Amino acid sequence: MSGRITDTFRRLKTAGRTGLVTYVTGGDPDLARSTEIVRALDRAGSDVIEVGVPFSDPLADGPVIQRASERALAAGVTLTGVLKLVSQVRADVHAAIVLFTYVNPVFRMGTEQFAARAAAVGVDGVLVLDLPIEEAGPFRQTIVNAGMDPIFLLSPTTTDHRLQQAADLGRGFLYGISRLGVTGARDEVASGASALAARIRAVSALPVAVGFGLSRPEHIREIGECADAAVVGSALVNVIAQEAESGDLIPAVERYIAWLRRDIDPDPGGGATVV
Amino acid sequence: MTTNSSPERIAGRTGRRDPDERGYFGAYGGGFVPETLVAPVEELRAAYFSARTDEQFQAELATLLERYVGRPTPVYEAVRWSNHIGGARLLLKREDLAHTGAHKINNALGQALLAVRMGKRRIVAETGAGQHGVATATACALLGLECEVYMGVDDIARQGLNVVRMRLLGATVTPVDSGSRTLKDAINEAMRDWVTTVEHTHYLLGSVLGPHPYPLMVREFQSVIGAEARDQVLALVGGLPTAVVACVGGGSNALGIFDGFVDDAAVRLIGVEAGGEAIVPGRHAARFAAGTVGVLQGTRSIILQDQHGNIEPTHSVSAGLDYASVGPEHAWLRDLGRAEYTWVSDTQALHAFQEITKLEGIIPALESAHALAHAADLAAGLAREDVVLVNLSGRGDKDVEIVTQRGLGASVAPPTEGDDA
Repeated sequence: MSGRITDTFRRLKTAGRTGLVTYVTGGDPDLARSTEIVRALDRAGSDVIEVGVPFSDPLADGPVIQRASERALAAGVTLTGVLKLVSQVRADVHAAIVLFTYVNPVFRMGTEQFAARAAAVGVDGVLVLDLPIEEAGPFRQTIVNAGMDPIFLLSPTTTDHRLQQAADLGRGFLYGISRLGVTGARDEVASGASALAARIRAVSALPVAVGFGLSRPEHIREIGECADAAVVGSALVNVIAQEAESGDLIPAVERYIAWLRRDIDPDPGGGATVV
Repeated sequence: MTTNSSPERIAGRTGRRDPDERGYFGAYGGGFVPETLVAPVEELRAAYFSARTDEQFQAELATLLERYVGRPTPVYEAVRWSNHIGGARLLLKREDLAHTGAHKINNALGQALLAVRMGKRRIVAETGAGQHGVATATACALLGLECEVYMGVDDIARQGLNVVRMRLLGATVTPVDSGSRTLKDAINEAMRDWVTTVEHTHYLLGSVLGPHPYPLMVREFQSVIGAEARDQVLALVGGLPTAVVACVGGGSNALGIFDGFVDDAAVRLIGVEAGGEAIVPGRHAARFAAGTVGVLQGTRSIILQDQHGNIEPTHSVSAGLDYASVGPEHAWLRDLGRAEYTWVSDTQALHAFQEITKLEGIIPALESAHALAHAADLAAGLAREDVVLVNLSGRGDKDVEIVTQRGLGASVAPPTEGDDA
């Protein structure tokens, strides 16, 4: 049985289209609006939605996602709240949903209980930022047993040996970090992005998503030349931060996603782009 | 004669009680780092495991410890303080007399030499009380390395002297105003720097925390304290101490001195945590009193966290003990029953600070004052034949502002208007 993530990437491949993976911190700016944001991301055309679990010490994140985590925690949203969010949107969201978390909230809940609850609400995949392959053994098995995909991050510093391990152990897709550093939007696509994507492709048939620093439609198009999907996180979280109190939050999120997709969607006018 | 900091002695202290190959001391430790840091942490592990059996590296470190740091630091019998308390004899291991004023220099020099060996030209570090930051800035000045130190804005406000010292030494001190704005947040920021700059930068972590190999490596660089102290106590009193007492923030000074006595089963090893204002969430840093198993900043240990796995705020009058996790080897030693852990309050630490200053003419760091406070209680209940060894891990010049705010030293200030005293 293949999962929603695998089906999504298969459909993208058939259509010859680059996938768009979007990240939001669950509960930012609060649970109710965050729930509507996830629905909006789906309507506007996200293929995979990563929902971040707020954590007090997000050491792999830059200032934008740190602040998002602080807002969500201030609104009282924790791992339990994020699972509730997924349960509320699952029935009407088509996109695959991946939880993006630090390990401590998961360990605190208990790996077995976490896996059971996440699978029950319809989570498709789980990515744990500070759980490298060496520490992930039992956790990965629990996630797989619960019918979800364990997603592994790969970095420019990842050795070939470990790329192969991730290829063997990962499911759904592999996530390449295009640059060294924490999360955060940049003006340019990192020069190492295509080299990393090529290294991953050489060892795995799994779909490859590339992210870290992407913010513009040109970036999505450029990543589409070397990978199956592009991930946008901090730039989207920035839009949410700026529009949270404007009364225009949901339309602004939809406009931003539509803009990001500008260069990857088939041309409705029947032009030269791939249909 | 072989001195305690000779290469032979250093080699004799390494490779003992290694964690397993994944860096676990029992159920604690490991390497919970973001993917980008896996390769640099492995590079560090390989470099350290090579350096610790390399005679040239050990000789270079030994020479610096002797001629630059001023080792061995003495063990001093605090006779007036002992008489005042009226129980066991109290001995102080004087790490406050090490260059830069605390034990932190032992580890800073070791890791800075290792960074040079690895071809890294830049160092990042975190600091709480500022002692590790000063030690790191000093080592970098000595070895010609670029240095950036992250420090919480609350700690910058309360440890101003050390901020000035770091800047004079040529380091960049970068304020951290996220989270609780103390040591934990400085570590987060140092890791964020490192994940961006791994190619040319070494993260010089200051305590027995973080992913493998840091807890092992930092303990081994600090084990010189215990090796010296064991010989010194034997020479001074003709036997082993009844108990060894040290304060525990991350716990590097404690593991450093414990290491000399851990194989002497009859010697009690006692770690003292910060009890702060009360053992209530947010008002203390006594991990063993109120913590549970969790992962923070690369290592699995006993941490202060809420039911959702978020890290609780901490409080201590001493910035160096104000931290939500503890070195994984301490958690293991506690499980084994080899070490005991207790806490003292801010008030008790301040009282001990005042007593040792007035009775012995030694101004201790507020961190060390926690160990002194517990040692005083312990000694009072023991006999004259008993010996309590305390690691006086640092000096207290940095703390004069805090203790003044707390009303100590007030008698030297001019009387205020309307004061009829």
